Amino acid sequence: MQQQEWIFIAIFFVIAPILPIMPIALPQLLRLAPRRANKAKLETYECGVETVGDAWVQFKVQYYLYALVFLIFDIELLFLFPWAVAYNQLPLFAFVVMVTFIAVLGVGLAYAWRKGALEWQ
Amino acid sequence: MNWLEWGFFGVLTILVIGGGLAVVLNRNLFHSALWLIVSLFGVAGLFVMLSAPFLAAVQVLVYIGAIVILIIFAIMLTRRMMGISEAPNSQWTLGLAAAALTFLVIAMTLVLASNGANPLIPREPLTQIGGESLRDLGVALVDLNQYVLPFLLASVLLEAAMVGAIVLARGEE
Amino acid sequence: MVDSLVNLGWNRDVAFFVASLLGAVVLASFGLVWIIFAIWLERKLAGRIQDRIGPNRAGPYGLFQTFADLFKLITKEDITPAGADRHIYNIAPIMVVASIVLIFAVIPFSATWVGADLNIGVLYFIAVGSLATLAIMLAGWGSNNKYALLGAFRVIAALISYEVPMILSVAVPVLLAGTMSMQGIVHGQSIAYIFVAPVSAFIFFVSQLAEAGRSPFDLIEAESEIIAGYNIEYSGMKFGMFMASEFIHAFVISLLTVILFLGGWQFLGAGHPGSELFGFIVVMGKAMLVYFVVILIRSTTPRIRIDHMMAFNWKFLVPLALVNLIVVAFCARIFVPDYAAAQAVADGGGLGAFLAGMFGVGFIAELPRAALCLVANIGLWVVASRLLRQYSDQERDRVRQLIQERRDQRGQTAPAAAGR
Repeated sequence: MQQQEWIFIAIFFVIAPILPIMPIALPQLLRLAPRRANKAKLETYECGVETVGDAWVQFKVQYYLYALVFLIFDIELLFLFPWAVAYNQLPLFAFVVMVTFIAVLGVGLAYAWRKGALEWQ
Repeated sequence: MNWLEWGFFGVLTILVIGGGLAVVLNRNLFHSALWLIVSLFGVAGLFVMLSAPFLAAVQVLVYIGAIVILIIFAIMLTRRMMGISEAPNSQWTLGLAAAALTFLVIAMTLVLASNGANPLIPREPLTQIGGESLRDLGVALVDLNQYVLPFLLASVLLEAAMVGAIVLARGEE
Repeated sequence: MVDSLVNLGWNRDVAFFVASLLGAVVLASFGLVWIIFAIWLERKLAGRIQDRIGPNRAGPYGLFQTFADLFKLITKEDITPAGADRHIYNIAPIMVVASIVLIFAVIPFSATWVGADLNIGVLYFIAVGSLATLAIMLAGWGSNNKYALLGAFRVIAALISYEVPMILSVAVPVLLAGTMSMQGIVHGQSIAYIFVAPVSAFIFFVSQLAEAGRSPFDLIEAESEIIAGYNIEYSGMKFGMFMASEFIHAFVISLLTVILFLGGWQFLGAGHPGSELFGFIVVMGKAMLVYFVVILIRSTTPRIRIDHMMAFNWKFLVPLALVNLIVVAFCARIFVPDYAAAQAVADGGGLGAFLAGMFGVGFIAELPRAALCLVANIGLWVVASRLLRQYSDQERDRVRQLIQERRDQRGQTAPAAAGR
């Protein structure tokens, strides 16, 4: 049980956001920065012309495909880690199993490649 | 559990349940997806408390790092789903009842299965997946007598999911 | 430290808590303070490499340039654009810095100087690093700016893609060391893993460069096409935080490369108990060396195109990493480090004793496996680079042909155009 280590991590998770909050909040609290907002200043930047509509545009299916291929890979890769940790104590059979596993992954990659899912258009 | 563990447990529970509620109650689809991160992060914390840090890392990597991004990309694929002010579903009470019932059944099963002991406090660290026991998991995954078949089947299943998704997504064009 | 506090009559739990808190504060601020120096160094070096002088006005050698920039950022007006999603807009810069700072928690600076030696340390830094991706998404969304959103999504697609070869290449040190603890991986490197699995080290370094948004993968801030992308609407210190996170990230990837592939605090048997400070200096020295390479790459390479970036990842790095993992696993299967035999060799005198005295017994135990892996890796690299060369020649021919066709077409249509 690594209780102490995890308590340290918990403390770290509290400290880590405080560090960037300080330099952001301090100038505002001490009024170091001017505050003279006007309508033109607050406008969304769009190369100088007036902004049309909001930022919402319909994105291409390509982004979704990348995220999907990544998700599948992510899950399968994480299975590799327990195997990698135990590798030195495993029989040769374990190696064969993993080659099969990686081969299945490779087939998926090849399929995505052939179908053009990895193409950025 | 000592007071420290209770404290952590309380904070994490608030994250999980509060995040979950915010996901359901938020009218802004993008905000819902972000609250889902908070909820899933709490679940990762609970895994750590159950001495299953490997599962916690998987939770953050797969669920927060991949699935939430997938969900947000999916939101961006749709047209104008934002700012819907009225509930699109009039049968939400029915859904709520069904969800509550399912939760009760699962919770009761867990409580009964643990012979009256508090299921939150495992008497033996069954879920100790980290360090040495992670090694056991690695051994079990590729052991012919244990999980090698489910393991390989899972990989094929994921593969099928990817192929299916690519077919669907490409067919749209 | 805990013990000395207990000796003062403190409660053990309180002492532990105070010590952890203090350690966390020191460790986390270390990164932020270090970048003040790192930014100066980077600008100065990049200037020299590009035949410029670099900062030289504020203080000797321009050393106070970063402070000048800091004061400028502090006194700049903090603007939140009108249509912004206010909370998300404000959380993003905090989250982007926090996610990088969190990685410091598991980095072993010497045999005992480590924030938390988690037994899943490797996965921890990958998981925490993926939070930075989310922060970029928040920034892009929160700004309510078309360029910001477009830039953010493009970058996220690239970042998550590069996570795949990164995880695959990290699996190799884990496999060789047989543990996921960062400290354990350093202990396992009697021979630094860059000499055992250079291909993994290369893949890791490249994918980390992409994760940190460093040139040539700095599409994250492509000012020429999407006017800086996701952080376009940020000003003042919030913008400063995005800049800071980029510099810390660049240093963190150097540290991670050192820990995973360059032997961490190990240096000719250094890092024995009692030489803590020396171990720290070794880690920082190696990290600065890697950081120098990062700066060198940054100041000499042009930005690559997004489709090239994706193709390079999915069609080169990922297949290479998959094959590399199989190759290393196969080689590690043939020679498993045998410490008993290595001890016997060391006791046998002669060369064995000399090597054991110089590098430790582990060196001899690891040697056969390392040699085999190295040979296999070099072979793999030769094949991979051959394929890459072949592909690039093909592409060049294709593009040349395309240009020629265009030219021919124009030649045919030109007289007609002139007639009109």
